[in-house]
Amino acid sequence: MATLTAAPIVSSRREHADSHTLTRFLATSGFDGLKKALGMFPEQVAAEVDAASLLGRGGAGFPAGRKWSMLRKNAVTYLVINGDESEPATFKDHYLVEHEPHQLIEGVTIAAYALQVTQAFIFLRGEFALGLERVQQAINDAYDHGALGQNIFGSGFSLDIVVHPGAGAYICGEETSLIEALEGKRGFPRIKPPFFPAVNGLYGEPTVVNNVETMSNLPWIIRHGGAAFAALGEGRSTGTRLFALSGRVNNPGMFELEMVKNTFRDIIFDPQLGNGIVGGGKLKAFIPGGVSAPWFGPDQLDVPLGQDEVANQASMLGSGSIVVFDEATCPVRAAWRITKFFSRESCGQCTPCREGSGWLERIMYRLEHGGGRIDDIDLLLDLCDNISPGLLWPPQQTTICVLGPSIPSSIHSAIKMFRDEFVAHATNDGCTYA
Amino acid sequence: MPESRESVTIKLNGREVEAFKGEMLIAAAERAGEYIPRFCYHPRMESVGVCRMCLVEVDGPRGATLQPSCYISVQPDMVVTTDSDKVKKAQDGVLEFILANHPLDCPVCDKGGECPLQDQTLAHGSGETRFIEEKRHFAKPISIGELVLLDRERCIQCSRCTRFAADVAGDAQITFSGRGDSIEVAPFPTEPFDSVFSGNTVQICPVGALTAKPYRFTARPWDLEQVESTCTSCAMGCRVAVQSSGDRITRLLGVDSDAVNHGWMCDKGRFTFEAAQSDEGTGDVLDPRTRLTTPLIRRNGTLTPANWGEALSAAATILRESGAAKSGVVGGARLTNESLFAWQRFARDVIGTDSIDASFGDAGDAATWSLVPRASINDAAEACTVVVIGADIAAVAPVLHLRLRQSVTAGRTNVVALTTGASSQSSIARVRLAVRPGETHLVAAAVTGDHSALAQLELHPQGTAFSRDELAEAQRLIGSNGEGVVVVVGRANYAESADVTDAAIRSLAAALPGARFLPTWRRANLGGAFDLGFGPGLAPGRRVATTRGRRVDEQVAAMASGEQSALLLLGSLLDNVVNRPQAINALERASVIVVAGNGGDDLAYADVVLPVAIDHERTGTVTNFEGRVTAVAAKVTAPSGTWSDIAVASELAEEFGQNLGLTDATDTARVIEELLGYPTASVLRDGHGDGVITGVTGDQSARLALDPVAFPGVRSADAVGLLARAGAVAVDAVTSATWSPSTWSDLPQPPAPQNPAADAYSLRVVVAPYLYDGGVAVSATSAFNPLVAASVATVNPYDANRLGINEGDIVRFPGEGGVVRLPVSIDDATTKGTVVVPFHAEGVDGDDVLATWGVGASLVTEVRMESR
Amino acid sequence: MSHFSTELRQRAEELVALYPNRRSAMLPLLHLAQEQDGYLSDAGMAEVAELTGTTPADVQGTASFYDMFFLEPVGKYVVAVCTNISCLLAGGEELLDHAQSTLGCSVGGTSADGMFTLEEAECLADCNIAPCVQVNHRFVRTTTPETFDQMIGEIREGRRDSDIPPHGTLIRVRRNGVLRNTRDALAAERAVAGDARDARKAQETK
Ligand SMILES: Cc1cc2nc3c(=O)[nH]c(=O)nc-3n(C[C@H](O)[C@H](O)[C@H](O)COP(=O)(O)O)c2cc1C
Ligand code: SF4
Ligand code: FES
Repeated sequence: MATLTAAPIVSSRREHADSHTLTRFLATSGFDGLKKALGMFPEQVAAEVDAASLLGRGGAGFPAGRKWSMLRKNAVTYLVINGDESEPATFKDHYLVEHEPHQLIEGVTIAAYALQVTQAFIFLRGEFALGLERVQQAINDAYDHGALGQNIFGSGFSLDIVVHPGAGAYICGEETSLIEALEGKRGFPRIKPPFFPAVNGLYGEPTVVNNVETMSNLPWIIRHGGAAFAALGEGRSTGTRLFALSGRVNNPGMFELEMVKNTFRDIIFDPQLGNGIVGGGKLKAFIPGGVSAPWFGPDQLDVPLGQDEVANQASMLGSGSIVVFDEATCPVRAAWRITKFFSRESCGQCTPCREGSGWLERIMYRLEHGGGRIDDIDLLLDLCDNISPGLLWPPQQTTICVLGPSIPSSIHSAIKMFRDEFVAHATNDGCTYA
Repeated sequence: MPESRESVTIKLNGREVEAFKGEMLIAAAERAGEYIPRFCYHPRMESVGVCRMCLVEVDGPRGATLQPSCYISVQPDMVVTTDSDKVKKAQDGVLEFILANHPLDCPVCDKGGECPLQDQTLAHGSGETRFIEEKRHFAKPISIGELVLLDRERCIQCSRCTRFAADVAGDAQITFSGRGDSIEVAPFPTEPFDSVFSGNTVQICPVGALTAKPYRFTARPWDLEQVESTCTSCAMGCRVAVQSSGDRITRLLGVDSDAVNHGWMCDKGRFTFEAAQSDEGTGDVLDPRTRLTTPLIRRNGTLTPANWGEALSAAATILRESGAAKSGVVGGARLTNESLFAWQRFARDVIGTDSIDASFGDAGDAATWSLVPRASINDAAEACTVVVIGADIAAVAPVLHLRLRQSVTAGRTNVVALTTGASSQSSIARVRLAVRPGETHLVAAAVTGDHSALAQLELHPQGTAFSRDELAEAQRLIGSNGEGVVVVVGRANYAESADVTDAAIRSLAAALPGARFLPTWRRANLGGAFDLGFGPGLAPGRRVATTRGRRVDEQVAAMASGEQSALLLLGSLLDNVVNRPQAINALERASVIVVAGNGGDDLAYADVVLPVAIDHERTGTVTNFEGRVTAVAAKVTAPSGTWSDIAVASELAEEFGQNLGLTDATDTARVIEELLGYPTASVLRDGHGDGVITGVTGDQSARLALDPVAFPGVRSADAVGLLARAGAVAVDAVTSATWSPSTWSDLPQPPAPQNPAADAYSLRVVVAPYLYDGGVAVSATSAFNPLVAASVATVNPYDANRLGINEGDIVRFPGEGGVVRLPVSIDDATTKGTVVVPFHAEGVDGDDVLATWGVGASLVTEVRMESR
Repeated sequence: MSHFSTELRQRAEELVALYPNRRSAMLPLLHLAQEQDGYLSDAGMAEVAELTGTTPADVQGTASFYDMFFLEPVGKYVVAVCTNISCLLAGGEELLDHAQSTLGCSVGGTSADGMFTLEEAECLADCNIAPCVQVNHRFVRTTTPETFDQMIGEIREGRRDSDIPPHGTLIRVRRNGVLRNTRDALAAERAVAGDARDARKAQETK
């Protein structure tokens, strides 16, 4: 049975249809965190976040407090919020920007105060038309309410936030690519080093990039203290997290769960959560953290929903999105579709990623749709190896950003777990599922 | 580019090697003998690290990881492996990925035989492809500009061309379009790729994706022969590899000279060789595009072929009959030093005239230039502040613009521009002071704090054309003594007397003792002409006499008045003057001997025509605008029937019973060096390389080895010895002490320019030089024809609004000689109160425009603009 | 001459003023250009080049990186059906096939009446209501062939005009007035606040 003890932190207003309005926000402790923060020293605010051990929610899971403390040695110039959410099967930021936009603004303002930054940008996925409107409205409301702009709540601290719409490119979720897009360029990721945003970010200035969900946790952390947040979860994975569950389950959806206290089995099978496999079928495999992550099989159902717990099993919790495959799911087809995604979304600057993703996709297409050969299996693995040498986890790479080494994850997982099905596809000259 | 010259030790494949801290690993490894394969890296551009071909293992906190060696800068004690199995697999993998979609075009591809991709594949490729999918398809080559074709199937997305356009040329006319594997290079649909630097993108394309229309299918690399030479399209003197096949020039490629052009060229320099070998019209000797291969004599009003004996004697007769006082020599700025020396000997010692002029008032007078402290191109590129006076550098010395632009974008240099119209400097200048014609010398004085000059400028009805803040910023950047300042001077306005530019130079030189000066002459070997005394009142060796003969403009006037009756023309007069009708009148009245390689409009007025060898057919030296003497090399044989200038001058002297004592270029070079200590013979003996700056020793650094992937094509040089001979020229004889320049006080002071009272309704005329003007070189190069500037009058929006004129309107300009009608273009970079027309443009009324206005008759020219 | 309408030009200039660097306004300006024409016309891109201080080629190169920008005219409604992993598992490909027959055009094409352009989308971040469909970037949440056809019918009848503006219009909420914080003002504020903090700190440590 799942442990559903913790009260929601970032999705607390979910039950209210008007959760996106300033009225509802103010009625539900809106801006209390910010007001409290403004009464503290910036260093104290940062210290609370550090104490909370808040891991970044964008995918890489780097502790926000650590990121900030590294930066506070040098003055930070810009704060950039990553709301490009495009990792397939991830839909938590979508909820947060549409339904809790004020909470995001409050979180951003708290972070800006802690970092003493006066200009923040919220980069939102362009396809979130409603989200863009709601966040803009929340900014307008906050300005009117004195929660943004000059001399916020009479504290002497000032901040401007600009909403920047993306325009349809998955790669812009990668922080340096996002910065390029924010500078008005093609979203080509920059090479790290030297372009670590913390040192050399937006306009070459020190820049903090944090995810929407990361920011949305801040009001609660300041209201209740970092220690209260750290008391939730276990080990390095503290607090709660928004998990996005989709695929072949009866009740797909977004669930805010305390970290580590639950397992994949809980979220997939608990009647209050995923409520089991569609049609009472059997689970075949699942992706634990977005399509860049290597797949898990039924053996890993009892792995807890925690960052290190998943990493120890050679995959990642990533963006916290879980995709469930049942027995009727063709793994070749699933891996092909994911590869097609990467091929469409490769920015194209690195040869291995640009050419490799397309080549891999075409081989996978042939296996699935006819024309596959047994030899293709080894060819797939060798090409994958040329993008991510050794096919290790965490991956090595021959590319600039980690989109490249994400491409092999699904192909390598599928071949490792279901090699016989690949062979069957090749001998059958196409898919073996109906 | 190395950040510093601090040496550090790194461990490369287990051995310790020296490297410069901060330089790119790929370059350090190359010097240490480990050549790392590459495609996107180019030593003259910022690294991007995208092709991933240069991956090597670098030890780091998380063990050895694969890193792009073109992007990793050398740090002390770095541990690098370039030869492990892991590196080899990664590199082979990248090569296989690049080839996956690459067409099997090699047999029909221009690049075949000099293609880095082909070479890498032969060296490292597996031999059989594992790619059985359908390759990417695009329409085969599409034209993206007048000179460049693009084959998108061949493109390997290294971004060299787009980075060149955006970062080096500073004008992103082509960019990457699309994403992922549909990335392609593209111009904007309605704006073709017509940058004056477009040929560089072709040269640096590591595959055959970009090809130059003039070169396509003309030769295969293995048939090409090559020499290193100097481009003589302008006075920058870019180092080039001249390649030929079957005794025809096929193309020019930029050679990477650290001191001069960094491997770049402009398109004019790259493609004008076509003009010399135009096949068109060989039957008609009067076709201006025709290469002259037979002497001609005018008989019964018609130029008819003659033999050399007849022609020489006819020419001698003309000169003898006119006598020393009534003869003059004009042109020659495109000749070699040796030819110029021979002609000046002929003029002074045989004819006995000092009326010899190659300059057409190009940028200040020779006397001034022999006295001001000169700067090299590298000095300008390293200066804290560069003051640009007049010229649009990209139009007169395009590659100098690239060099300055690079310094500016690297944050080394600030540019202060004193210009009249829109110019390339606008994009790189920290501050621009708008200047009206006739004011340059006053503005130059004002930036050095001369209050009376400022007061004089303020007398204009509209006050100064720049703001007080702009002036203050310029003054701050220039400083008070000129230390770290290089003044780049060019003549930007042929409707303004050259004396104005001259006065500006003198005023800056006097006020800023620490400043050095770099001229940007348009004419290629004006430097040699000045140094070798080819000018009125100049003696060989940068020495100035106290009396002088007639300048070009004075000769034109003298011919019109009958004071001069013979003209020996070395090249073209009509292509170089502003007031053509006036020049035509002069030519009509005098007896004219034309010595040229290809004819221009002047032939119509010639009495004797003597055909000579031209570029790429002759050996010798030229001197660029920094005073650098370099070799030009013969690559093809001159057509039979043509002679060298030195032979023509010597034989003409024989007609007078005199002996010039010069036989050929080598011999003349030796005489020059013996006589003047001018390093012609030394440079010619070594033949290749960056030559030597006269008056400077110890500046001759050896050329870096040429990277065949950075400069594909030039590599075929290996076979003909370009690399083997490129390097330092050792010259001991030349020191500054060899020179004995006159002093300022010896010079006749130029007349202080008087500004006519400005009429608030009239506009001052700017006749601006333009790269693709209507001169012989451009009009005989078919590829350039579509690019020649159209006649258009550009004005500031202020003046257009004032007179109710819109873009494209045809307006009337009444002048002394009638009315000129021109379409108007409106540009706020044009100084208020001026109207800019391109020099030698095509279109409305041609050059008569300038004559109608009386351009060139006085210090400045004013016209009224009327809307109907 | 501005290609943008007066109102759009003013919004464009407001956008440029929001950023420390003109070029940064590129994506929002391209969205505006698309709002004006429904796609990115050459004139629209040239105007964006002028506003951002870049070249038209650079603008087109940048725009073409992003899927939401169309360099050719499209229908008034761009219908996007997701077939990425979660939607695939819920019948996304089948729904896309159905959409092709309903609209009478193939993926990437436009219906005969010029109303609809059909796209195969990558994950649109609504994976629990799969297969996911967007029209002009509004989530319409029609997961079955029947609801899809019904939605198309409603659009044709003009009954969805209030929630689905024509293609190109992305953000209808306008930023409240112009920038209220110039960077200089902010820097000054920050200095004053810093002094106040230091003073307070000094007092507390005493
Ligand atoms: C290909 C790729 C896509 C990414 N997409 C997103 C994204 O959509 N949203 C996000 O917040 N982070 C994304 N990231 C992670 C960001 O680069 C960055 O780590 C994150 O925004 C930092 O915020 P956090 O520390 O709050 O998690 C992506 C990374 C990569 C390599
Ligand atoms: S790995 Fe792929 S997505 Fe990342 S920078 Fe390279 S080409 Fe672009
Ligand atoms: S990545 Fe180094 S040469 Fe291309």
